[in-house]
Amino acid sequence: MIGLSHFLVVSAALFSFGIMAVFARKNAVNVLMGLELILNSANLNLVAFSRFSAHNLDGQIFAIFVIVVAAAEAAVGLAIVLSMYRILKSVNLDRADTLKG
Amino acid sequence: MENSLTIQILFYSFALITVASACLVVFARSLIYSAFGLLFAFFGVAALYVLLGADFLAATQMIIYVGGILVLLLFGVMLTHKLYDLNLKAETYQFFPALAVALGVFVLLATVLLRARWHAGAQDAAAPTTAAIGGLLMNDYILPFEVASILLLMALIGAAMIVRRRSE
Repeated sequence: MIGLSHFLVVSAALFSFGIMAVFARKNAVNVLMGLELILNSANLNLVAFSRFSAHNLDGQIFAIFVIVVAAAEAAVGLAIVLSMYRILKSVNLDRADTLKG
Repeated sequence: MENSLTIQILFYSFALITVASACLVVFARSLIYSAFGLLFAFFGVAALYVLLGADFLAATQMIIYVGGILVLLLFGVMLTHKLYDLNLKAETYQFFPALAVALGVFVLLATVLLRARWHAGAQDAAAPTTAAIGGLLMNDYILPFEVASILLLMALIGAAMIVRRRSE
């Protein structure tokens, strides 16, 4: 039978792939994609707990606010990536080392 | 959720789609393939929301993630590459340390999650949630709702200010 832990394991897999994308990818846009995966896994957890453990909709409301924050984060993050591209002519994260001593 | 065979087949196929697409996001050679992997990962998560009885959230996921954030990310991919640079190679570095960290996190989380004894009460039948969510947002959660609207306005203005061309 499909229980709470099934959904939690799927969400843990999504989270690990998101971490992998953030750590291993050089392209800043690809790192943003990994962040979206991480936020999605958190949302899946919230909805699963709201369905199986609590008997109200609080988890789903919280997931809606996470989606709002994810949208704001994507917009501002892409703006930063675009201005980084304008200055460095590249979105390779290794090139953004101006502050490195 | 009735635990019939159909539900199990649906769950496993959607979970497979989600995890395989997330895998594509990380390991694809081209950024465009990564974006398409992200598209199917979002679809899979929306389908899992439907299985969890969250119909409103599934629709929101489709509209905001697939229609908004993914298009934004595709714009980001297109705007940050020169148009003649068609291969759009996605480079990887620190591959094995990152793989080790990700696998370690997954094994740790999966062991903890599978061993924990979750409190699971009897589930009610899945009911439409849109009206209830609307009522909650307008009553109990009205302050976070307004704060979220301010946050979106700030993100809108801030993003426009950051990418604005300086006049001189």
